[in-house]
Amino acid sequence: MSRRPTSRSEILAWWETVRRDRKARVGAGILVIFVLIGVFAPMAFEDPNALVGIPLQPPSSAHWLGTTGQGQDVLAQLVVGTRVSLAIGFAVGLLVVLVGALVGITAGYFGGRVDAVLSLVFNVFLVIPGLPLAIVIAAYLPTGPFTLGTVLVITGWAWNARVLRAQTLAQRKRDFVAAAVVAGESNFRIVTREILPTMTSLLVAQIIGSTVYAIGAQVGLEFLGLGDISTVTWGTNLYWAQNDAALLIGAWWTFVPTGLCVALVGFGLTMLNFGFDEMTNPKLQQERVWRRYLIKLGISPARYTPVARDHV
Amino acid sequence: LKYIARRLGFYLLAGWSALTLNFFLPRLMPGDPASALFGRFRGQLSPEALDALHETFGLTDSGLVGQYFTYLGHALKGEFGISIAYFPTPVFDVIGKGLIWTIYLAGTALAISFVLGSLLGVAAAWWRRGWVDNWLPPVFIFLGAFPYFWLAMLALYFFGFTLGWFPLGHAYGDDLTPSFSFVFLSDIVRHSALPIGTVVIVTLGGWLLTMRNTMIAVLGSNYFGLALGKGLSPTRVVFRYAARNALLPSITGFGMALGFVLGGSLLTEIVFSYPGQGYLLVQAVQNQDYPLMQGIFLVITLAVLCANFLVDLVYLWLDPRTRDSEE
Repeated sequence: MSRRPTSRSEILAWWETVRRDRKARVGAGILVIFVLIGVFAPMAFEDPNALVGIPLQPPSSAHWLGTTGQGQDVLAQLVVGTRVSLAIGFAVGLLVVLVGALVGITAGYFGGRVDAVLSLVFNVFLVIPGLPLAIVIAAYLPTGPFTLGTVLVITGWAWNARVLRAQTLAQRKRDFVAAAVVAGESNFRIVTREILPTMTSLLVAQIIGSTVYAIGAQVGLEFLGLGDISTVTWGTNLYWAQNDAALLIGAWWTFVPTGLCVALVGFGLTMLNFGFDEMTNPKLQQERVWRRYLIKLGISPARYTPVARDHV
Repeated sequence: LKYIARRLGFYLLAGWSALTLNFFLPRLMPGDPASALFGRFRGQLSPEALDALHETFGLTDSGLVGQYFTYLGHALKGEFGISIAYFPTPVFDVIGKGLIWTIYLAGTALAISFVLGSLLGVAAAWWRRGWVDNWLPPVFIFLGAFPYFWLAMLALYFFGFTLGWFPLGHAYGDDLTPSFSFVFLSDIVRHSALPIGTVVIVTLGGWLLTMRNTMIAVLGSNYFGLALGKGLSPTRVVFRYAARNALLPSITGFGMALGFVLGGSLLTEIVFSYPGQGYLLVQAVQNQDYPLMQGIFLVITLAVLCANFLVDLVYLWLDPRTRDSEE
């Protein structure tokens, strides 16, 4: 059995991707900044819910981003919200892929009746609209981060399961898996040692994508008042901005910064994913090689239509 | 035909799953669902209303199986009980009033964004590395990262509040009565311009990218080269030969996007106090109106399932391969 690249060298390869690809670099940069803000910046603020001034004051030197409809500091709420929202986002992103992988790989690996039943289940979950389902479930459970996480996992796992099932199905037919089966290795070992390592880049892409989903959906649900409205998160900040009718008084500072943060994190994660995709997707890599080749020959690649060349 | 029957069977199963889920949700609530739910309303609601609530959830004295079948019977007849927030209007009527607005809003937004996005995708693929291809994808990826409802708030603040170009909410002006007059219809368009616009902007990028990427693959194919080589006009070749084939992945994505767009448009409705399902849903959440909430969930789910089935039929028409293949 040949040794696969160790996880250490794979981490190095990803680091190399981030260093070389512009999109990945931008995405990683944005992400690192927000993680640092989430980890360290809340220490600079004592209590984000403290009433520190007159409600709905525009940005000033005392309150850099103004005050909310209740007289809290917007900047403090934004920074503390970053920590909570990112923590829930990453945790849910990871969990969603974990559940999806468990179901998807089981379905793809065992096939037959197991596959038929599991596929049916995730296909049903895929067509039931997520947001209304999430709202109905969340309304029945006690509010809090645990409920929010559960709801997001329930409504989000199906897509990952579907993709991973297809991928497992393809790997299952490959020779090295057949060899492992003949060698009498256990199913668990074949899945964890033979199949999973071929999917690491896909799994990473899924975790990133699911985190984008988790942050967006979480903010949406909290905006509806389905989160714990006494904790400070991005979603509850927007909920209060809407509820205090800040908009109709023209208090843009109560909702603009939060929305920008949500979008920036989402954009950063998406860019990171594109970067990884370009480095790990052989077709896109080919296109890059081909372009370089054309430039070397002195032909402008601008008008050239790239084609997947199987024979190269 | 076999394909149609199988899809239909699948959607029936999905619909039944949603119904069953809806039945078990109140019963999965921590503690005793009945007392937890009704305890909150005791003193607020008349005994008749409480009876109506019991009726809605099928929380009668019969066993769980009996309750389940009673519930299914009610649901199939469209009886979702009495709304608490709009007491004593039946849930069915409350939803019916809002449904037309949601279908109008989400349907128009979806149609505009799909057609416009796909056309731009064709343009981006045709003039590859031209300005459409260079500028639009990154811009729309960035816009797509914003939460729908936040862009809606921004649009409302900027175009509604600051510039005063558009009304600040509702589906039509208070001074108008619904009729098929020009004044009324144009007022509806004016009120819906901002909500539709924000949904279109957020969703456009997805269609653009899907279409662009598949178009590029199709443009490199042999049959496309042949069609051009035969001397057919480029417009005809691009739309009849290339775009029709490149559209298939977008159509597949359409069913999936439907639920997503609907979710986003529900949130947008809330920002604009647009009287559709989203607005009702918030009313239901705030008043803990469980019958209304569950009714809305069911109606939206059924609508999405029907739309998905229609998409499957369109796919069948576009791709002859599905007609005779067994897969």
